Amino acid sequence: MSASPPQVIQPKPATRLLGFVDPLTRPALLLLVSAVDRVLTPIQRRVGIDKMGYFFVLPNLLIFGIFVLFPMLLNFYYAMTGGTKLFPQDRPFVGLDNFATLFDCENFTQPNSCQEDLFWRGIFNTIIYVIFQVSGIVFFSLITALVLNRRIIARGFFRSVFFYPVLLSPVVVALIWKWVLQYEGVLNGIIEILGGESKRWLLDPNWAMFWVVFVSVWALMGFYTLILLAGLQSIPPELYEASSIDGANGWQDFRFVTMPLLMPTMFVVLVLSLIRAVQMFDQIFVLTGGGPGTRTQLMVQYIYTTGFSNQIQLFGLSAAASMVLGVSLLILTLLQLRLGNQSSLA
Amino acid sequence: MRRIMAVLLILAVLLSAVPAFSQDMVELRIRWYDDGNEGEVLRDLLDRFEADNPDISVEIDTVPYRAILENLPLDLAAGEGPDMARVTDLGGLAEYYLDMTPYLSDADYWEENFGPFLNWKRLPGDDSSIPGFMTQLTITGPFINRTLFEQAGVDVPSDMSDSVTWDEWAAASVEVAEALEIPYPMAMDRSGHRFAGPAISSGAMYFDDMGHPTVMDEGFRDMAERFVNWHLDGTMHPEMWPLSEGYAGANEEFANAELVFYMSGSWQVGQFSEQIGDAFDWQTVPNPCGPGGCTGMPGGAALVGIASTEHPQEVARVMEYLAQQEVLGEFAARTLFIPAHAGLSASGVDFDTDLQLAKDSLGVFVGQVGTLEQIAFDLQAYGFNRAVFDATRDRLTQAMVGELTIDEAIDRIQDDVDTALAEQG
Repeated sequence: MSASPPQVIQPKPATRLLGFVDPLTRPALLLLVSAVDRVLTPIQRRVGIDKMGYFFVLPNLLIFGIFVLFPMLLNFYYAMTGGTKLFPQDRPFVGLDNFATLFDCENFTQPNSCQEDLFWRGIFNTIIYVIFQVSGIVFFSLITALVLNRRIIARGFFRSVFFYPVLLSPVVVALIWKWVLQYEGVLNGIIEILGGESKRWLLDPNWAMFWVVFVSVWALMGFYTLILLAGLQSIPPELYEASSIDGANGWQDFRFVTMPLLMPTMFVVLVLSLIRAVQMFDQIFVLTGGGPGTRTQLMVQYIYTTGFSNQIQLFGLSAAASMVLGVSLLILTLLQLRLGNQSSLA
Repeated sequence: MRRIMAVLLILAVLLSAVPAFSQDMVELRIRWYDDGNEGEVLRDLLDRFEADNPDISVEIDTVPYRAILENLPLDLAAGEGPDMARVTDLGGLAEYYLDMTPYLSDADYWEENFGPFLNWKRLPGDDSSIPGFMTQLTITGPFINRTLFEQAGVDVPSDMSDSVTWDEWAAASVEVAEALEIPYPMAMDRSGHRFAGPAISSGAMYFDDMGHPTVMDEGFRDMAERFVNWHLDGTMHPEMWPLSEGYAGANEEFANAELVFYMSGSWQVGQFSEQIGDAFDWQTVPNPCGPGGCTGMPGGAALVGIASTEHPQEVARVMEYLAQQEVLGEFAARTLFIPAHAGLSASGVDFDTDLQLAKDSLGVFVGQVGTLEQIAFDLQAYGFNRAVFDATRDRLTQAMVGELTIDEAIDRIQDDVDTALAEQG
């Protein structure tokens, strides 16, 4: 057998590449392509084809730099300044004073003993919220995805139903549930019809946190269900057939086939839901205003109130708190990714 | 090809029109919020101004009240503010106001008619600038649903005495609510400003001998304790303060006759006229009394020029037009706002309403001006009063839900105010 010569891929002329384009717009596109070509060809000659990748990601990096990196650095600088002036050059440098103020506590488990008690209340509330909300999201999304992955009647309809709340704005979600949960709301109406007694659901601190978590799980789980559903559908059916031949029951299928193969997707869900939970603000702000008192006030609300809502706006303290939040989130995410990697390696 | 030619032609016409527009017409922008129909009335008045002054166009950018409190200060600090704005944080934003004195044809008119209220909009030490005028003077005070009292067979306390205490009002309101199974006996706007009147009536001084704001006195504590306890025992609307962030009102509950006694202020008269009309007898009653007097709080909103405007002369022309006695009189009459204008106060305003309830309410509020304590005026004139008001609102709320004791809440209010003022420098 004689080896066939290697096939050389010839670049297609732009006119051929644009063959599918509407004839009316083709001249404009041709003009554009030739202009781009005129700019890029000399660059490619100079930097070489290997480094052209950097050139193509440059616009994205610039956007990232301007809208993410630069604000982050600016925020870091603000955290080191005091006073109430807006522009950085007008603000006195105070070093780590803002962080010292945030961490000035006699007993870290007692917010009342801290100088910035609201910051610590925000931290504790955020921890509680994140633990229950993320667990709820993962658990209920998984259950729902497992059910929706089976051949049930009206599966398409149910998939839409569970996804529908994701399409709603957080403010709309909060208002809907406020109407449901208020004293003269739908829930109390139903309870009264059933012979029960009305309750001020959002005024009781424990119930308020429960409902805040519940509403956010309700609103967001459709999105994570969809991700898990995609993960479930990527598991080859042959594996279930093999486990069935081996005599595995439903639970063993789930334990030894579904879960291990779904784990990477589960970690994606975990990381995404955790980041979103720590950043939660708008929905709770509308639903409870952070109340009763400050029982559902999370860290982001503290940052907003300190920096923007008060008459004397403490940008430095607010920036310092946002840095603490950012660093906590980074540590949590890295920890999760590490655990995820270990789990995949195992 | 013909289509492209047509587009190019339209573009050419538009581009040629732009220089002509910018040369002949000055566009001014007002950042505005609405309590009732005042935006509509202002637009009507400005349409007349524009008809007589074709070289000026005034756009009203109506925003939520929260945007005036939170976004406007940032815009002003960044030099990105409008040409004029309607503000309630009168002293707090004073550094950004335009002193219109050099542009006004008759600065004395402003001193004569707006004199006492100009200080509210000036920086400490400034006694001459003219930054704008009050669109309305407000007085805080209670509304009652008189029909509910009649249905419950409970005497209205202010019918029998000129100096009814807070406790007497609370007892009467609870009696009415219990008799008729009304959900809320009393409510107060979620605002430290609204709380200040009752606190001063209880003896709160709000300033120490050095003029520094303080809440560390028996008068303040007395009202704070009473107020918190009323939330705990259900006398006050139990959800409004604990379950809100920032300002909250009980307009809906009052308009739906679910509330007997509502501590709010004169700016509500226009809204209640619209929302309630004569569906039931609503009435303003004099501010309840205590050892410190029977006072509410003065306040109000002002339309001010902003120093960063590129058109100070035109801003002053608009302001001079709106501040004329007859124009401001029409504004007050149609919005049912109490004018803060000496000439109008002397001549009186024939409020544009057939609703006797509204006229009576406004009459009571106007009558309250004379009963306001000097501390109330001083507190209103204090530039950083919102630091005191906001801390009061938030910390007392924490006391209501058991996060802080009354004494801890008061200590925290003082700490918050001291810290904020120290940062302010």
